Amino acid sequence: MSKTVLSVDHVGMKFNLASEKVDDLKDYVIKFLKRQLMYKEFWALKDVTFEVKKGDRVGILGLNGAGKSTLLKCVAGVLKPTEGKITTKGVIVPLLELGAGFDKQYTGAENIYLYGAMLGYSKSFIEEKYKEIVKFSELGDFINVPVKNYSSGMKSRLGFSIATIVEPDILILDEVLSVGDAKFRKKSEKKIKSMIDKNVTVLFVSHSIDQVRDICNKAILLEQGHLVASGDVEDVIAIYESKISEN
Amino acid sequence: MKRLFKNFLKYRYLLRELIKKDIKLKYRRSYLGILWTLLEPLFTMMVLTLVFSGFYGKSDKTFPVYILTGRLLFTFFSNSTKAATKSIRSNAGMIKKVYVPKYIYPISTICSNFIFFLISLIVLVAVALVLGVYPTKYVFLAVVPILNLLVMTLGVGLMLATFSVFFRDMEYLWGIVLTLIMYCCAIFYEPKRVIKTGFGWILEINPLYWVIENFRDAVFGRPLDMHAFAFSTTFACVTLVLGIFVFYKQQDKFILNI
Repeated sequence: MSKTVLSVDHVGMKFNLASEKVDDLKDYVIKFLKRQLMYKEFWALKDVTFEVKKGDRVGILGLNGAGKSTLLKCVAGVLKPTEGKITTKGVIVPLLELGAGFDKQYTGAENIYLYGAMLGYSKSFIEEKYKEIVKFSELGDFINVPVKNYSSGMKSRLGFSIATIVEPDILILDEVLSVGDAKFRKKSEKKIKSMIDKNVTVLFVSHSIDQVRDICNKAILLEQGHLVASGDVEDVIAIYESKISEN
Repeated sequence: MKRLFKNFLKYRYLLRELIKKDIKLKYRRSYLGILWTLLEPLFTMMVLTLVFSGFYGKSDKTFPVYILTGRLLFTFFSNSTKAATKSIRSNAGMIKKVYVPKYIYPISTICSNFIFFLISLIVLVAVALVLGVYPTKYVFLAVVPILNLLVMTLGVGLMLATFSVFFRDMEYLWGIVLTLIMYCCAIFYEPKRVIKTGFGWILEINPLYWVIENFRDAVFGRPLDMHAFAFSTTFACVTLVLGIFVFYKQQDKFILNI
């Protein structure tokens, strides 16, 4: 009935953990000659396959180091998987680390354009939404102050406002957003809820089972880079909980 | 190829924003602002003229124009390759968080330097007119060396940006290499002095020297030196292809090394 918007096909992501960090040429040559260039291979993801249909809200469960964030980064296109293929359809909005693309010397207003461009928005779109972004961020006159003078809360408020101004097809959330003070948090949660209501596909990483239950209808479970379970949220949560109590 | 082009179209607004950012931020909080783009080459030219013609007792009235032509081109090459070398690492924060085609970082910093360079050409025009070097029909041929220089800089910049991700030392090494290149460009001496001593081959193998020669041909109203043109164009095209190749081969590994 509904079409696939995200397909992850046998994806693996390999990291080389240099046992000692080689940073410069001298070190490299010495280590190379002594044959000490030891790489430990580490697969953060291995053979992960799943599909997400339009409108599905998928919770990604797993312990620390299970590969959840790596998976999200691969989907967002920041990391390129070592093997396998990821295909996505439509606009992806990653709410990973808000405001990471800000330039400190630039004012908030200038950063709206810069960050917007980075997320792939067009100029006319940003101009049209500029007022709405400023209003939602509640920055007021601070919008004309360089970002280096912002508090961390102000920065993430602005980042959140810019990132959520589009209507995404796929929304990527890493942990639930604890943006700003309690009041703004309520507002941002409401915003996300309203996006979810519009039949947006969501990928959601959280350690809180309650939140996953609240937001998601499907879930997958990762364990040391492998996909252990996928399916309806309740089933996967049951497996996850039994795994936790095993340990 | 088609996908690449579409991607470029999508991010061309970002390219513009990044160039604008470089330009806006460079002189922010300095009193004279963008005027420095004009004043800096003018003052350096005065110093160099004082040192190399005053002290050596030369009396060619157009010598400042000679110096300026060489120095403007070299400064563009030097500044933008240096900036490109650092471009990936200084944008590490963004590269790790948001997907953006990575070539946009070295290219945007080279482009903003190119704009500064174009602005600084105003100084050259003014000095040339004051000292009586009037444009001839050959002046339009200045486009040729300038384009060659841009292509060459893009190629070298992409390569350096790639190398420096894996070896930090590149930044310092390149600084030294640039000093060497500067002295081999005949910026503030006349090539015949070097050729006389038997070291002319150093100039001959330096593509930047040929670019500067071509530019001087245009400014001083001589026809384009075909040998210089052929050599620098070939070099520029080869470096660009090589630069793109190296960058594309390695770009997916950037994130693991920054």
